[in-house]
Amino acid sequence: MSIIDHLPVLLIIGPIIAALIILAVGWHDRRLCYPVMLLSITGQFIASLIMLLQVIQDGTIRYYLGGWAPPLGIELVIDSFSGFILSTIMLLALLAIVYARRSVEAEVPAEKIVSFYVLIQLLLIGLVGMTITGDVFNLYVFLEISSIAAYTLIAGTRSPRSYVAGFNYLIMGSIAAGFILLGIGYLYVATGTLNMAEIAMLLPASYELSTVHAAFLFMMIGFSIKAAFFPLHLWLPDAYTESPSAVTVIISTVMAKVSVYAMIRILFTIFTTAYIIESFPVTGFILLIATIAIVAGAILAIAQNDLKRMLAYSSISQIGYIMFAVGVANQIALEGGLLHILGHAMMKGCLFMVAGLIIYRMGTSNLLELRGVAQTMPISCAAFALAGASMIGIPPTIGFMSKYYLVLGAFEAGYWLYAAVLLIGSLLAVGYIWRFIEIAYFGDHHGDGHQCASPEGPLSMIAPMVCLALLCLILGIFVEIPMEIIGPAAMILLGGA
Amino acid sequence: MIEVIFDLVTSRYNYWMAIILMLIGLYALIAKQNLVKKIIGLNIFQTAIFLFYISFSEVTGGTAPIYLPEGPEALYVNPLPHVLILTAIVVGVSITAVALSLIVRIYEEYGVMDEDELMKVVRER
Repeated sequence: MSIIDHLPVLLIIGPIIAALIILAVGWHDRRLCYPVMLLSITGQFIASLIMLLQVIQDGTIRYYLGGWAPPLGIELVIDSFSGFILSTIMLLALLAIVYARRSVEAEVPAEKIVSFYVLIQLLLIGLVGMTITGDVFNLYVFLEISSIAAYTLIAGTRSPRSYVAGFNYLIMGSIAAGFILLGIGYLYVATGTLNMAEIAMLLPASYELSTVHAAFLFMMIGFSIKAAFFPLHLWLPDAYTESPSAVTVIISTVMAKVSVYAMIRILFTIFTTAYIIESFPVTGFILLIATIAIVAGAILAIAQNDLKRMLAYSSISQIGYIMFAVGVANQIALEGGLLHILGHAMMKGCLFMVAGLIIYRMGTSNLLELRGVAQTMPISCAAFALAGASMIGIPPTIGFMSKYYLVLGAFEAGYWLYAAVLLIGSLLAVGYIWRFIEIAYFGDHHGDGHQCASPEGPLSMIAPMVCLALLCLILGIFVEIPMEIIGPAAMILLGGA
Repeated sequence: MIEVIFDLVTSRYNYWMAIILMLIGLYALIAKQNLVKKIIGLNIFQTAIFLFYISFSEVTGGTAPIYLPEGPEALYVNPLPHVLILTAIVVGVSITAVALSLIVRIYEEYGVMDEDELMKVVRER
């Protein structure tokens, strides 16, 4: 066995050791934390890419922890779906960490920086674990690792408001985790196993039991809270707005996506399409709620006066798009939904990075005080415009491609009306994106003349932002590259291949 | 009719107890104004779920899953849920710790423990 064979478990154990090393070197010298962190995240990113290539070449990787085969032991599974999500979140995490350095220095009290980095590392361990595990209870444990880290990170700024936001998220998140734990218990009662693949195999025999229905509903509600799926999104705006900018970038891209991933896993891998479409038809209901989420999230976003809060409500709308794909549940729509997971991670990451940089530079994220900010910060506003165009869905950006697939999928399933709502959602997105563009570019500049040639901000903050904005465009043009992995992933979810 | 309901309650009273406890916890979590009482509610809620797991692993007349002279023939209760709940208890304790430390910081900062008053103070600042 070479080291490559052990990559799945190293992906989790490596960062745990790294977290301890960060703590140890931080005790000695605070400045050493960041390089260790960057090294470990880069390692994780490279490992995730290697595994993605392996999956494309040789198919699904199954790793038995400690050599114990599934009914007894815990299994790590990397198929094209989890491989795709894994490399997406690691890419975003890497860029967010590059971005975090200066932003954290500005927003987090100096004595907390060591624990801050340790917590980010723990958050990523939890999220990576959730992505690659093949065991439902393991999923719960990793979910809690990431959640506890997230509650603490959100409360990490100097502003005392963030304590309240963190506490509210803790209450909601713990209810969600409790429901998920209960759902897992019901599943265990019904099947006698915790391995996802085995549950999927044994479950059809008890599809009619109310135990299974209860398990399904508890898990769905739990993950809906975690993913901030409308109308269970109430924790999200405060949490996104009050947390440090770097944390907002990570939780809005990486964490939100992993929660959606877990929900899709539960729906399609554990319960399978046979259950959610035939035995317990729930897709129509998900579709309805998703369309409401798309419209309501966008309207709420338009009504906000704070840049970060506006983007937070826009996230609720975008989660609606991904769940829309789940509701339609055919190949094309799911491809669109998975592409939107990647696309939304990139554009929302970029937009929140811009918001963070504006806070870093201007000290405020209130839209009314940002008139003419484009003169001071041309690069950031250009990045915002590009990612915003992707959010609206202007071709040839990635946002256009994913919405195009979603609409095609809805047409194929005959949901004409719902497809129309998708387009209305795009129009509403114009509303909130344009609002910032108008203020930034056409508002009266009332600055005190410091819009001179001084750099917009540290390079380590601008580079990842521009990188993400360009990726939105490039991956939209060369959409075949992500589709190569998304196609098989959608097929796996629908039970084929 | 009453006998059927009575039967339903008595034959599965362990599940009923778990559900009642869970609802008490959920009620406290949502409806109580005091932040510490909310956390107590959270603990009741989690404990109910733990009890649910432990009660369904019970085997009538079963003994603790330790090695006995009879060997594997002895009647054991299912050890797996116990192990799972051991993990979940650790998680619950950590969440309580984080929540309480957040409450301490909120109280230091705003001087209130009551949710409505807290929202009022937060909005004023």
